[in-house]
Amino acid sequence: MTVMHLFGLTGVALFCIGLFGVMTKPHLLKKLLSLNIASAGVFLLMVALASRGDRPDPVPHALVLTGIVISVSATAYAVGLAARLHRATGMVTLEVKPEDDA
Amino acid sequence: MWTGQQPEVWQVAGPMIAAAMTFALGSRGRKTLVGVVIALMGWSTLGTIVKLIGEGPYLHVIGGWVAPLGITWRIDGLSAVMLVLTTLIGAGISVYSLGYFGTSSREQHNETYFWPLWLFLWGSLNAVFLSGDIFNWYVTLELSGLAAVALITLSNKPDALTGGMRYLIIALVASLFYLLGVALLYGEYGILDLGGLSKAIEPTHLTMVAMSVMTIGLIAKAALFPLHFWLPPAHSNAPSPVSAVLSALVVKSGFYILLRLVIEVWPAEMTHALAQGLGILGGAAILWGSFLAIKQQRLKRLIAYSTVAQLGYVFLMFPLMTIGWDTDTNWTSRAFAGGIYQVVAHALAKASLFLAAGVLIHARGSDDLEGLRGLGEKLPLTVTAMALAGISLMGIPPGAGFFAKWMLLTTAIYSQHWSWAAIMLIGGLMAVGYLFRIYRRLLTHVDHGTFHQPSRIMEFAALGLAGLSLLFGLSSMPLLYVLRIGMPEQLTNYFWGMM
Amino acid sequence: MSFDSLVPFLVLMTSFVTGIAILMIGEDRVTARRVLNLSGAVIKILLVGVMFWGVFHGRNYETRVPFLPNIDLVLRADAMTILFSTLSAGLWLLTTIYAIGYLEGSPNRRRFFGFFSFCVTATMGVSLAGNLITFFLFYEMLTLTTYPLVVHRGNEKSMKAGTNYLAYTLGGSALILAGMLWLYSITGPFDFTETGVLNALADAPKGQLTVIFFLMMLGMGVKAALFPFHAWLPQAMVAPAPVSALLHAVAVVKAGAFGMVRIVYDVYGIAFCHDLGLLKPFLILASITIVYGSVRALAQDDFKRRLAFSTVSQVSYILLGVTLFGPMGSIGGLVHLVHQGIMKITMFFCAGNIAETLHLHKISELKGVGRRMPLTMGAFTVAALGMIGVPPLAGFISKWHLGLGAVESGNAWVLGVLAASSLLNAAYFLPILRTAWFDVPDQPWQESHPRGRWECTWWLLVPPVVTALMTLLVGLMAGSPLSPIRWAYLIIGREYG
Repeated sequence: MTVMHLFGLTGVALFCIGLFGVMTKPHLLKKLLSLNIASAGVFLLMVALASRGDRPDPVPHALVLTGIVISVSATAYAVGLAARLHRATGMVTLEVKPEDDA
Repeated sequence: MWTGQQPEVWQVAGPMIAAAMTFALGSRGRKTLVGVVIALMGWSTLGTIVKLIGEGPYLHVIGGWVAPLGITWRIDGLSAVMLVLTTLIGAGISVYSLGYFGTSSREQHNETYFWPLWLFLWGSLNAVFLSGDIFNWYVTLELSGLAAVALITLSNKPDALTGGMRYLIIALVASLFYLLGVALLYGEYGILDLGGLSKAIEPTHLTMVAMSVMTIGLIAKAALFPLHFWLPPAHSNAPSPVSAVLSALVVKSGFYILLRLVIEVWPAEMTHALAQGLGILGGAAILWGSFLAIKQQRLKRLIAYSTVAQLGYVFLMFPLMTIGWDTDTNWTSRAFAGGIYQVVAHALAKASLFLAAGVLIHARGSDDLEGLRGLGEKLPLTVTAMALAGISLMGIPPGAGFFAKWMLLTTAIYSQHWSWAAIMLIGGLMAVGYLFRIYRRLLTHVDHGTFHQPSRIMEFAALGLAGLSLLFGLSSMPLLYVLRIGMPEQLTNYFWGMM
Repeated sequence: MSFDSLVPFLVLMTSFVTGIAILMIGEDRVTARRVLNLSGAVIKILLVGVMFWGVFHGRNYETRVPFLPNIDLVLRADAMTILFSTLSAGLWLLTTIYAIGYLEGSPNRRRFFGFFSFCVTATMGVSLAGNLITFFLFYEMLTLTTYPLVVHRGNEKSMKAGTNYLAYTLGGSALILAGMLWLYSITGPFDFTETGVLNALADAPKGQLTVIFFLMMLGMGVKAALFPFHAWLPQAMVAPAPVSALLHAVAVVKAGAFGMVRIVYDVYGIAFCHDLGLLKPFLILASITIVYGSVRALAQDDFKRRLAFSTVSQVSYILLGVTLFGPMGSIGGLVHLVHQGIMKITMFFCAGNIAETLHLHKISELKGVGRRMPLTMGAFTVAALGMIGVPPLAGFISKWHLGLGAVESGNAWVLGVLAASSLLNAAYFLPILRTAWFDVPDQPWQESHPRGRWECTWWLLVPPVVTALMTLLVGLMAGSPLSPIRWAYLIIGREYG
């Protein structure tokens, strides 16, 4: 097993952990943190993939940089939205109304 | 001038520049700006199509930076049809919104944010339809997703915030799934752009994994059953023009990428199983979405569930396309045309329906289905718009939806796949069932309840889009003529013969 | 594009444009609406007259526009079209006059007359359709545009009737659509052709064609109120009288019946149907409907409901004639398409008159109405006697030919059905006549307006009197070259090739 494989598998494992968190944790901030863990996993995988040739491939780095920018802004927006939701409803979770059960 | 030769640039640049400008403009300037944007987009779309017909499919390399670090756009028949769709619906929604916002001071506040976000969403949707590489799709999907969430939550009402939040989380998770697949593909092949990928791709296990995770991400974005649960709360609680664009265009962007991958990238050996799976989910979406639409008590929720059902028809195109893939029949191209036409028909009709719903809700001040009683007498134009849009959704001639269902049904019947045909016919009847729940209340004769006269411009926008859904049904050739340009021969052989 | 190829299109436009114009002008512009309505109807009659003359002299009227890939929308006037469209155009004018009087001062007249015009457009489209897809387009248009008329009163009862109407008819449409698609998958695109299309088909898959035949005929049967798909029709009687008169007596049920005629003669071909053994099941179904409708009519006290069940019964005469293999039966069935329309519309006009003028809706309340409204009841009497089959009225001509056809095709038992039906007709119509003419009213009339010079407004009086006269005339002048029966002979001559 090479270092690349180790990083790659860790990335996939992080993605799965994050995904598990998003699906099971009701608290919105925990969901957002889990999302960030999942995206860190994907980014790690991509960085690892950059080492598969003789010399490092610059493209995945560019992609990961773009991805991090998107991820940061999305998280910032999501935290802001969660704060608005808290102000409007006093809730920190997404309550499920009966009619949403579909 | 260089922009004259590259009209496609304005598809993205136009709305985005305008989005930035709205902050600087007052309400009068905003009206002018909307007019300019609509004219610009109309000109740009026409120019793109003329160029496409003249030169055939072509690439646009942004800023001269070539792939993989630069961004390349691809213009062919399929992307051109989607551009036509965004232009028509974008114009309708923009005109409508001039009337929708600004009637009270609180909405004035919303309007300040609505315009930049909406124009930004318009631009990023066009970017999705123009992009030609798999990573760029990730970026554009995120752009449109974030703009869409911000638009949903404009009203700051608890329901809208909850619906928007749920949509945001689903969208982000879906994007990560998609990005994971992109990473795997790049790791294996070292290519991001579609043309190169389609040549290099091989039916390996890794490709299979990439295909699976990307598909999961994309069907969540496209709200295919069973990943549709986020759609009704998000779409029904947004402001009406936003609901219209979400149901008409935003969910289609996920579908568009999925379709591109199926017809261009995935190895033929693997698409068969994928297509069957998508078809089964599509069939389930038709039945389940229609069933829930029939049960709803609120107008916009009913329409939102109808979106779930109508998207099911779109996904039926996948199994029907693969049936004839390796034969010398024209079934593949029939199913392709039917599916794309269903996208067009549903987008126009559903946008019109949501816009009309916005008029009714404005008039009555409530979203309750029972509150619609008697409105038919007061708002005949809006009711006409709803009726015309409904004709298309129900699949009754001469609506555009009829053409779509005709193509899909004939494919199913010619190839003797009776179960698909039966589901489509039952789905059509169920559409009648839920739509007439609206109509019968509108036609009820009572005279009570509050009534505010809505702006006429809103009614005309809804009617215009509904009229277009009939027009495209009466004359299907122009769109098919554009659609076939630059598409694989297998997808268009049926149409070459008749033009 | 020559004038001849425009005529069918113009025939549709005369009512379609009228409908749109009516919806555009204000609710309170009564005079403008009347002018639009009546001029549209008159122009349509003139145009249909042109086609009548032309088809009689062998001219060809066809409008063709591309619609689906490889499939055109075709509007074409053949002899069968003329039979149905002359009926619809003529009765549209009369019903418009009637409706103007009937709805005077009631709300939502703009919507009513707008959709009424659209319905007529759809009916004309059904009669002019030159292929299945065009037929289907207008057939669906008819379903949808009738809905606002059925629910016109906007109360719970009419809403329920409207929902039922849709459930039945659109269910039927789905069957037709499935059958049509399946048929296209076997044959490819085709136009309606006299003597049929499928009999010319080499090695036709007979099993599939049988299933398709049943799908489409049962689908049409819903609109034609064929047993057991008839339940929507009596319920739909909550609609205003002009709607019941034109749409339920003529347009909607006739569209279904006409569709059956088209399928049997111009798609399958009567000889081919006979060879496949497809006619017999529908002959039996038609017979059951005829007897069943009449028996149910006996038990109704509500005037319009009795007429509705009578319609259920009488419309199946058309199917009966069509499914008797032989020229005489076919002639009887086709001519009944026109005769039943004229007679039944008279009856609905009369029922509407009495309801509007004296507020009487039940048969038991009609005591002595004949003396108060002699012209109305006179017209009703002519129509009722015609329905029973008293010579020389219209119904007699139909029944005579049907009887001949039954014997000719070796189905003598159908004579029994005809006899039973005539007896039942007499049993449910004659008591109405007796009550109206010979009983003495229990209480003074509750009139909405003081009695004027006539028994009711002339808007309401003229149409039934005219149609009653027509009932008499088509029977008396059966030998004239312009009579419906002559047209039926002409059509059948061509169909049997």
